[in-house]
Amino acid sequence: MTQHAPPMSASPADAASPSADSARTVVFSNVSKFYGEVLGVNGVNLTVGPGITSLVGPNGSGKTTLMNLMTGLVRPSRGRISVLGMTTDEPEQLFRQVGYCAQFDSFPRGVTARGFVTGFLEVHGFRREEADRLAGAALERVGMLAVADRKVASFSKGMRQRVRLAQAIAHQPTLLVFDEPLNGLDPMARAESIALFRALAAEGLFLIISSHILHEADMMSDRVVLLNQGYVVAEGSVQGVRAAMDDQPMQILVRCDRPAALAARIFAQELAVEARLLTLPNGDPALLVRARDADRFYLRLNSIVAEGDIALYAVAPADDDLQAVYQYLIGGQGGTA
Amino acid sequence: MMANHWPLWRRQIAAIVRLEVRKSLFHRRALILYLLALAPVLLVALLANIHPTLVRTSAVLDATGHYVRERTVVQRHGPLQDPAVAPLVFADLYNAMILRSVVFFGCVWIFMNLFRAELVDRSLHFYFLAAVRREVLVAGKFIAGLVTALTLFSMSTAGALFFYYQARGYDAAMRDIWDGHGMAQVFTYLGMTWLGCLGYGALFLTMGLFFRNPIVPALVVYGWEWLNFLLPPVLKKISIIHYLTSLSRVPLPEGGAAIVAVPTPAYISIPGLVVMTGVLLYLASRRIRSMEINYGGEA
Ligand SMILES: Nc1ncnc2c1ncn2[C@@H]1O[C@H](COP(=O)(O)OP(=O)(O)OP(=O)(O)O)[C@@H](O)[C@H]1O
Ligand SMILES: [Mg+2]
Repeated sequence: MTQHAPPMSASPADAASPSADSARTVVFSNVSKFYGEVLGVNGVNLTVGPGITSLVGPNGSGKTTLMNLMTGLVRPSRGRISVLGMTTDEPEQLFRQVGYCAQFDSFPRGVTARGFVTGFLEVHGFRREEADRLAGAALERVGMLAVADRKVASFSKGMRQRVRLAQAIAHQPTLLVFDEPLNGLDPMARAESIALFRALAAEGLFLIISSHILHEADMMSDRVVLLNQGYVVAEGSVQGVRAAMDDQPMQILVRCDRPAALAARIFAQELAVEARLLTLPNGDPALLVRARDADRFYLRLNSIVAEGDIALYAVAPADDDLQAVYQYLIGGQGGTA
Repeated sequence: MMANHWPLWRRQIAAIVRLEVRKSLFHRRALILYLLALAPVLLVALLANIHPTLVRTSAVLDATGHYVRERTVVQRHGPLQDPAVAPLVFADLYNAMILRSVVFFGCVWIFMNLFRAELVDRSLHFYFLAAVRREVLVAGKFIAGLVTALTLFSMSTAGALFFYYQARGYDAAMRDIWDGHGMAQVFTYLGMTWLGCLGYGALFLTMGLFFRNPIVPALVVYGWEWLNFLLPPVLKKISIIHYLTSLSRVPLPEGGAAIVAVPTPAYISIPGLVVMTGVLLYLASRRIRSMEINYGGEA
């Protein structure tokens, strides 16, 4: 799918792989997960290959569910999952090659950053000296070595996030699964983390990262999987998704004194595919416009204002990037107004 | 094939034990356990050292029957001072205070929390995300619980025994321990404590995995164990306390309404407890293998 596939030789995968293909992919075959009555994800068919893949979707869309499914923390209600050629119910095999940084911002009681990472490396089966060395290396990579001997409880959210990243990469897995790893990071730490992800991918690792901000996913990944309400709604290269986005109508919210008159003129000039009259929460009237070409719309709006009979108070895009993609990809049933 | 896994499993179990013991023995929350373990020692120490003294005064007369002076005899007269009743009194104390209270509730606290506390803290997934068999995880956690329980409750038992012997003075104690059957007594009590930790440990570890709120089931078990003496002999044997008290060298009082069950001999009760532990841990492993991480709500 993407041109960023690392060379085969970069993968430390065992020689005893059943088939080179399945050993290098995560495959969901018709996977559904229900939490009792609640839908987690439904009918997911997805193959994720090497490189960096982003799972993007709003809150509750099923990103964490997919990640928990591929790491065996939850089991599918239906369907099958193969991770690098393995099933997800043999952690003793799976986690030699997989590292998962989950969304839970929690730690065992009373640990220091170093004690935490070292301790779980020993649970993996590494000997003390090796565990110490790997823990040091991982903490250094996330920039936490200087504070490694402090209690995790005293850390900020961003620092804890980075310690959990270190824990996920410390045993040198080939597949990394990170659930919203940029959450709670300041812009500097975000940039550093993205650089780290890129570096890991360049080393031949294979990353699946979730985010609810498309713009972030764009910076990090070669490929995005868009999720909404438990369904995979689109997948492909970031460029492909971007192109789809450029084609689609933008929603723009206009506050003015005579929205109906404005709507008439907009339609007269064929600037919009749809315009809806609204009342804002504060009681002001407004117009929600779906414009085919936003630049042209803004240009013409200026000339309408120049005519002087409609007073314009504010103009703003009504959706951020991601919502725009959703509106387009999901067929617009999730209205904003 | 199987054999070459052992070194890895041993290392993993050792790692889990280190992590867990640090939490259960050296964390602030362990304070309650220390207090629990100390309670019977203090009680026996009090009984041994604070007791009614009988002060008898009598007149000393000479051969002719004339008053010479007054003589005062101070007699230590506590339940633990009388060699005839002391073993029975201690057996009672051990049964009620140590076995049924400290060991029982101590094991409830230690073993039920092995997995539950991590569900509450939302940190169990770290174990589930390590390359470790879930069975090895159960074994590691159970051994960690045992290390904690055995350390604390052996000290409780030993401490209580120390004051039990101290009550009768150094000489009498040494005579009893080395010449009488005191040594066997000491090891029987310690052994009962150890087996109690083993059996209750496995029971509560497993119950902690099957019940959302295991306190109620634990209290049901507690009631069952106390009312055990009322049960017909067959039901009596479905009980950990039955096998433990069967080991006692001093017949433990069963209460007036007791329907006497023949004590199960040690060559059955000890392997029986070990087998029961194995079965319970097997159930726990099965449960853990199919367990999903669901901390309830979003993080
Ligand atoms: N343990 C659970 N019990 C019940 N429902 C759950 C559970 N976990 C998730 N769900 C439901 O499954 C759906 C998908 O949730 P999931 O956590 O996978 O979404 P998400 O994309 O990770 O969201 P977020 O951005 O908030 O992390 C939601 O509707 C959620 O309410
Ligand atoms: Mg999530």
